[in-house]
Amino acid sequence: MSGAVIEFVQVSHTILGNRVLSDLNLEVHRGETFVLLGRSGCGKTTTLKLVNRLLDPSSGRVNVEGRSTRDWDPIRLRRGIGYVIQEVGLFPHRTVAQNIALVPSLEKWDEARTRNRVEELLALLGLEPKHYVDRFPWQLSGGQRQRVGVARALAADPPILLMDEPFGALDPLTRSEIQQEFQSLQQRLGKTILFVTHDLAEALRLGTRIGLMKDGALKVSGTASKLLVSDDPEIKLFLEPLRALVELGETLSSRGN
Amino acid sequence: MSLWQFLLENGNEVLSLTGQHLWMVFVSVLIAAAIGIPAGVLMTRRPGLEKGILGFASVVQTIPSLALFGFLILVPIVGGIGASSAIVALILYALLPIVRNTFIGIRKVDPAIREAGLGMGMTDRNLLLQVELPLSLGIILAGIRVAAITSVGVATIAAAIGAGGLGVYIFRGVASVNTTLILAGAIPAALLALLMDFGLNQLERYLSPPGAN
Repeated sequence: MSGAVIEFVQVSHTILGNRVLSDLNLEVHRGETFVLLGRSGCGKTTTLKLVNRLLDPSSGRVNVEGRSTRDWDPIRLRRGIGYVIQEVGLFPHRTVAQNIALVPSLEKWDEARTRNRVEELLALLGLEPKHYVDRFPWQLSGGQRQRVGVARALAADPPILLMDEPFGALDPLTRSEIQQEFQSLQQRLGKTILFVTHDLAEALRLGTRIGLMKDGALKVSGTASKLLVSDDPEIKLFLEPLRALVELGETLSSRGN
Repeated sequence: MSLWQFLLENGNEVLSLTGQHLWMVFVSVLIAAAIGIPAGVLMTRRPGLEKGILGFASVVQTIPSLALFGFLILVPIVGGIGASSAIVALILYALLPIVRNTFIGIRKVDPAIREAGLGMGMTDRNLLLQVELPLSLGIILAGIRVAAITSVGVATIAAAIGAGGLGVYIFRGVASVNTTLILAGAIPAALLALLMDFGLNQLERYLSPPGAN
């Protein structure tokens, strides 16, 4: 089956009289990573929350697997969608294994199946299972916490992942490392991913397609190469820091350093 | 007669009054928790109720305890002379710290934790029982501790309406201007409060999950 797994049709959203999204149209295809790029406050996070029904659209409709989110039981819908947020939101009173097993425990998997799955996921994310299962979140580094967050989202093998600046709070080296791992993970798993970031480099690196959002609307969308040659002023604004870096590199090397 | 001598000679009576005292405090704090914790939870679910519930519990606290005991003598069924009136009054006083701490404890849970839980498909009930209550247990217990300690003090006044307890010695001592008698009621009551503070504090530490704060 191909086509749109997630589809926004003329979606608007208003919070306390403020129009956060206006007439958003968007399609995310099966197996692709669609990156929503934009500054803070442009409506990216709201867009994500409309998919797993943490919010309902004020007008228009959001379809998941061809069905309007309003027709989904929100609990069923959410258990089929992995959710990763920047703050991770691990449960501090539960071990790594218990955190990862959140959805399996809600779905009442038996103990052996849950344990196997937890160990499989820890290994998949490069965390040695026997060292990590019994640790608590406060005993982990930021990068390890976010890996556990991703493992938790993948636990029940949902076909869709929503990721809200998942690597935004990590230091640049850890971020780059985890992005690379995530990229190879995605090649193996083939999930449909809606990914939110304000980091252009991250968008270019991870996105099958990238959509640039501004003031609650999608300005441009397309592949990385299409975006890089775009004339859109907002895109140019985003590319500016990157150009500056390249120029700095050229200046430094021409000086012979 | 010295205090020590008095306590030794009236050992049985002191013990039975202490028992009455403890019973009043125990029953009322237990019932106050059974009402106060759900009320605190309800406030986090229905923000409109916050003012009403907290307002009621706060206003009750401002009523002088002797007056409240006095009013309750006149109330049928729950009131009258004796321990049941005293327990009703103690419940009312114990409500505020328990309701308030339950509310604050749950509200203090990191919104990211709540969002992750909901986003992954927890029901509100899952979230409450598996995340919010366990994480706020320490704060809720602190509220129960404050309620229990206050109740030990207020319960001494219950003797005025015939509910017994260590207040019996205090009132008798005041009436006969007998310092030894007053101390025979006051010191065991104070020790009781200190013991409860210590015990509940230990329980709080033991039950607070690591990394909850």
